[in-house]
Amino acid sequence: MTMILGFIEHDRGKLNELSLEMLTFGRRLATQLNVPLQAILIGEAARPLVGRLSSFGVSVLHLAKHERLDEAYAPEAWAQCMVNLMAAANPQIVIAAGSDRGSEVMAHVAARSDLPLAANCIDVQPGDPFTVTRQRWGGSLLDESRLTGAVKLLTVAPHALQAEEVSAGEPMLNEFTPALGDKEFRVRVASRVEAAAGKVSLAEAKVVVGGGRGVGSAEGFKVLEELAGLLGGTVGCSRAVTSLGWRPHHDQVGQTGTRIAPEIYIACGVSGATQHMVGAKGSKRILAVNTDPEATIVAKADWAIIGDLHEVVPALSAEIRKVKSGRG
Amino acid sequence: MNILVCIKRVPATGGRVTLTPDAQEIDTRYLGFTISPHEECAVEEAIRLIEAHGGSTTALTLGPAAAEEQLRDAMAMGIENAILLEIDGREWDPAATAGAIVEAVRARGFDLLLFGNEAADTGDYQVGIRVAHALDLPCVTGVKALEVKDGKAVAKREAGGGAWEVFEVALPAVLTLKEGINLPRYPSLPGRLKAKKKPVERLQPQWQVGALEKVRLKLPTEKEHQVEILGKGPEAAPKMVEILQRLGVV
Repeated sequence: MTMILGFIEHDRGKLNELSLEMLTFGRRLATQLNVPLQAILIGEAARPLVGRLSSFGVSVLHLAKHERLDEAYAPEAWAQCMVNLMAAANPQIVIAAGSDRGSEVMAHVAARSDLPLAANCIDVQPGDPFTVTRQRWGGSLLDESRLTGAVKLLTVAPHALQAEEVSAGEPMLNEFTPALGDKEFRVRVASRVEAAAGKVSLAEAKVVVGGGRGVGSAEGFKVLEELAGLLGGTVGCSRAVTSLGWRPHHDQVGQTGTRIAPEIYIACGVSGATQHMVGAKGSKRILAVNTDPEATIVAKADWAIIGDLHEVVPALSAEIRKVKSGRG
Repeated sequence: MNILVCIKRVPATGGRVTLTPDAQEIDTRYLGFTISPHEECAVEEAIRLIEAHGGSTTALTLGPAAAEEQLRDAMAMGIENAILLEIDGREWDPAATAGAIVEAVRARGFDLLLFGNEAADTGDYQVGIRVAHALDLPCVTGVKALEVKDGKAVAKREAGGGAWEVFEVALPAVLTLKEGINLPRYPSLPGRLKAKKKPVERLQPQWQVGALEKVRLKLPTEKEHQVEILGKGPEAAPKMVEILQRLGVV
């Protein structure tokens, strides 16, 4: 009998929630193929996750145990755990979340097993061959591809679906010791630098005030920072802005920058290039401030103010101050 | 130090993507082409490393004859040598691409092989790792800060929430870089003129049927939605602030 194997991603025991989306994707596929869904946890640090995973339809949880696995994350060692398990348990499909770490481990699995890997799938139709629908250009384009190979390796595009629990059933726990050598640990996290406390991170900000080329200069961002400050949010920008050196790259919203998911994204002087919109598509609402009513961003926004951001943004800040002081 | 940078030619997409009638390609009639963003930073990083440590740089691409343009762009920035793995219009899957690169570079003794973390278009996230595996080299992905000294690379990458992971690997090594590691320079005019005259080595790898094969491209369905124009200029501010209050952010 064969099965689908899901790779549960964690960082020193902290679950990456995208793994739950991946298990949901895997469970639907397993139901369609009438095979069980199993999953792999790597390292003793992952053991406490067993309970959390019990409501995601996993029949067997494999726990890879090896004293060196808990020293530090080592991508090749993690991949080798999966290769070992694949040889023993014979899955027909292996899936992971299309996160940085998920993509990395799966690419190593693919290279080691000499198998194709379809990255960032949003839909999979089993058959011979499989038909997969994958994201390109960060999701602004899709492709339909044929996937062959003795075992199908897939990553699931982040947020392509919502994680969905099913009635809890205790999965069977299968502990195993993978065969790992020094070579598997030649690349590993040697140390970590923790985040500076206190700053609202762009990825988690509830309000993002973004600026594009229309801001005109590095100094022009002052009015955006003021507005962001009043709203308890943070400033972002487009790729055009980081390429011009007006803002540091970590402020970039886009395919090659940060994916944001605020309650509202206030996009000022941003044209709305696909590279940028891919990063902004998680925004619940968008307000565009732009001189050009035909700009792409205006069509994609919920609200738009047509005008010069250097007049509109200070007016928004002034109005917010007025409202706040009236309340005080 | 002998550095290889692998780059990919991709269309410079703007606000709207349209497809060719056979849905095999992006319609590029009105678009230019560029080096995929992460790889443009890899080109810049290679040049900086050579400026600091001495050595030679080579850019490589697998692509159509027209991809010579991106090799020339890299040379205009400061890369010395270029290799074009020239293919016809068919799309090579990541395993086949990695195989062709390995074949071309195996005997050339590179100390550092730089890639982009993922190509802007296909986003396969695996060519660098496959090349590293085939050459039995260590590989660090997603690198956003790099220091090379005493025969080793110290590479940092973002680990979420503002934290960083630090890796140390002995050279030779493969690194896949992300945009933000540096701000790529603009090629100078003399650089462009010099790049025009430099030789490009051309190789024709044998086509391999990929195990991941593109059938067609599709545009994602977009949710129908209507924008509400609140007004023109600063007079629209009160209306917007009312909305912000309703959303609970003021």
